[in-house]
Amino acid sequence: MAVEKVDLANVKPYGDTLNDGMIQLSFTLPLPYGEEAKEAARRLMLKMGLEEPRVDNAMDLGIGYTYFIVYAKSSHSINYNAIKVPKVEVERMSKEEVEEFIDKKIKREVVILGACTGSDAHTVGIDAIINMKGYQGHYGLERYKGIEAYNLGSQVENEELIAKAIEMKADALLVSQVVTQKDVHINNLTNLIELLEAENLRDKMIVVCGGPRISHELAKELGYDAGFGTNTYAEDVAAFVIHEMLERNMV
Amino acid sequence: MESKLNLDVSVIEEARRASRAVAEEVQPFIDEHTTVSVERTIARLLGIDGIDEVDRPLPNIIVKHVRENGGLSEGIAYWIGNAMVETGKTPQEIAEAVSREEIVLTEIPAQNREDVVRAITTKAEQMVEKIKANRQHREEMIDTLGEGRKPLLYLIVASGNIYEDVVQAQAAVRQGADIIAVIRSTAQSLLDYVPYGPTTEGFGGTYATQENFRIMRKALDEVGEKVDRYIRLCNYCSGLCMPEIAAMGAIERLDVMLNDALYGILFRDINMKRTFVDQYFSRMINGFAGIIINTGEDNYLTTADAVEEAHTVVASQFINEQFALKAGLPEEQMALGHAFEMDPEMTNGFLLELAQAQMAREIFPKAPLKYMPPTKFMTGNIFKGHIQDAMFNLAAIWTQQGIQLLGMMTEANHTPHLHDRALSIENAKYIFNNCKDIGDEIEFKKDGIIQQRAQKVLGDAVDLLDQIEEDGIFKTIEEGRFGGVKRSQTGGKGLDGVFEKSETYFNPFIDLMMGGDQ
Repeated sequence: MAVEKVDLANVKPYGDTLNDGMIQLSFTLPLPYGEEAKEAARRLMLKMGLEEPRVDNAMDLGIGYTYFIVYAKSSHSINYNAIKVPKVEVERMSKEEVEEFIDKKIKREVVILGACTGSDAHTVGIDAIINMKGYQGHYGLERYKGIEAYNLGSQVENEELIAKAIEMKADALLVSQVVTQKDVHINNLTNLIELLEAENLRDKMIVVCGGPRISHELAKELGYDAGFGTNTYAEDVAAFVIHEMLERNMV
Repeated sequence: MESKLNLDVSVIEEARRASRAVAEEVQPFIDEHTTVSVERTIARLLGIDGIDEVDRPLPNIIVKHVRENGGLSEGIAYWIGNAMVETGKTPQEIAEAVSREEIVLTEIPAQNREDVVRAITTKAEQMVEKIKANRQHREEMIDTLGEGRKPLLYLIVASGNIYEDVVQAQAAVRQGADIIAVIRSTAQSLLDYVPYGPTTEGFGGTYATQENFRIMRKALDEVGEKVDRYIRLCNYCSGLCMPEIAAMGAIERLDVMLNDALYGILFRDINMKRTFVDQYFSRMINGFAGIIINTGEDNYLTTADAVEEAHTVVASQFINEQFALKAGLPEEQMALGHAFEMDPEMTNGFLLELAQAQMAREIFPKAPLKYMPPTKFMTGNIFKGHIQDAMFNLAAIWTQQGIQLLGMMTEANHTPHLHDRALSIENAKYIFNNCKDIGDEIEFKKDGIIQQRAQKVLGDAVDLLDQIEEDGIFKTIEEGRFGGVKRSQTGGKGLDGVFEKSETYFNPFIDLMMGGDQ
């Protein structure tokens, strides 16, 4: 740990000295390359509350636009003590611990369905969680004892997912959304919850969403039980699902 | 080329023989069937374009009309030709009359068959001449302007708005791009029609429409003149409208098309019968139009592991090659795909990547190989990502790849920003120039890691191809033994658009495009 004591009520960025406020930024301005453009970049930094801005690199992008790499010092500080972020509150478990939990406490197969819904064709996320292989050495749910996992793949309509969920008697649904352009994921995620509610199924299943732009807070807002962002592995999702099952007496 | 990998020529020959057998087994099925999209393509190639008042494309309307009247197994060309002889109208006028429900094509009395064939062939020849002229125009422009040095730098625009795409594309060209690909809107591959006109909204990309092709073509020709090199335009010839997109591309002088024989089946759940018939006609058009096709082997590696499934990539390259040859597409137009997708944490992973890329280079010496950048292991750490892309660029120049789809350090974050492309081009140019002749200078150690890896992957690929030959491609895919996905012959999208041809079925473009003169 660092030597000096950090004042958690007034935290500033760190470059090489505590409280130096050092920040690196890069951005493009729609201005032709030149001294005036660099000055524009500097003034923009000042307006943003960044002090002593230094344009270390400027690059002509070829259409009268310029790219900048800038360093500056933040004049602002943050009160860390006042921060509260809603998170999925479940202790981390290993694959073996999940399997033991199912064996001892749930005492039956847990059925989990996953899909990339709507027009989304990016299965990277759902594959990482469900497929046998998993991701970065974390095996997927297909490999778990006590879990029956199905990956329905990409471009699955919400109606189709629900039909499958009924057919398979799913305990949990995992919905992956990668494409977020024009908030297409919000509509899609909201629509699934509405359909589940209309079918009177919402309370009978644990419904979880995930993706690089998904936070737990957003997920809760949209009516999901949990939301998982990046750096989530199969065991994290499994741990949440099985704890939730126990809590809701779905054993 | 002397093999740096010490590959056994007889193993390569066996892989080709087995792949040829796989493609040949499917050919009778292809020859005996047509699809709604093939027929719509023929309608387009006969000059039918436009939409009705509720945005339905005329090619869809006329094909649906003939289909509902039970005539599609004769081929749309026959019915249009028959109507031309009877009415003296052009195919476009006939399609418009059909859309206004003024005529029923199947109720027009049968005209003299020779007259019908002549009428259609004359019209078809006009389009074939136009496509041929486009091909010559491209060759002339390349002669006068020149082109980028290989590997060609391939960049993507995907704003959803074709006019915004133009700004981004022209900027990318000024920064050094040689090929501009306009990514399609998500799920366009599953539309059973091609949208019409210029479009300004899309999800994750811009709709492929003929007007959008025209707008981007013009923009790239303009900027190409200024930077003094021919800029190639790429789009996506896949999905349920595979051959239609090929026709539109041929008409608007696109240069490169994503076009894979198996991709739609495995990754978009499009019915396999539909896909086999569609890919054949689309490749025939691409071949004739001088369009380079890019195959989609990189997709295997986004789902499967790049180390364990490397042989699937090679097997797919062999199969794609044979299906393309069947459709008359020459090797020089086959940008067979592969990707730099091994886990960066892996010890000596780069050596295995080199083995794979060099192997593709040696097995397909004439093909302008298309190399795809790391995506699966890009994390949002743009600084590490930039280095991963640099390693990818090094592998590419080392193994003399043909087309380099540039990696973006912001992959996994967002569709590229203007400066993301600039930094990516700077990265590639630096390494391509700095290591220009590295491939000629450095040989690989005999029986070292790289040689052994290549030999093993090729060996596994041959085993897989022999197995596919024995089982047939239909059964192999049904049982999920290729690409790890199970697809049934009767499942997937688009099967209801497949029809058996009658004895007298007629498609004038097969003879005109396959009959030499290339």
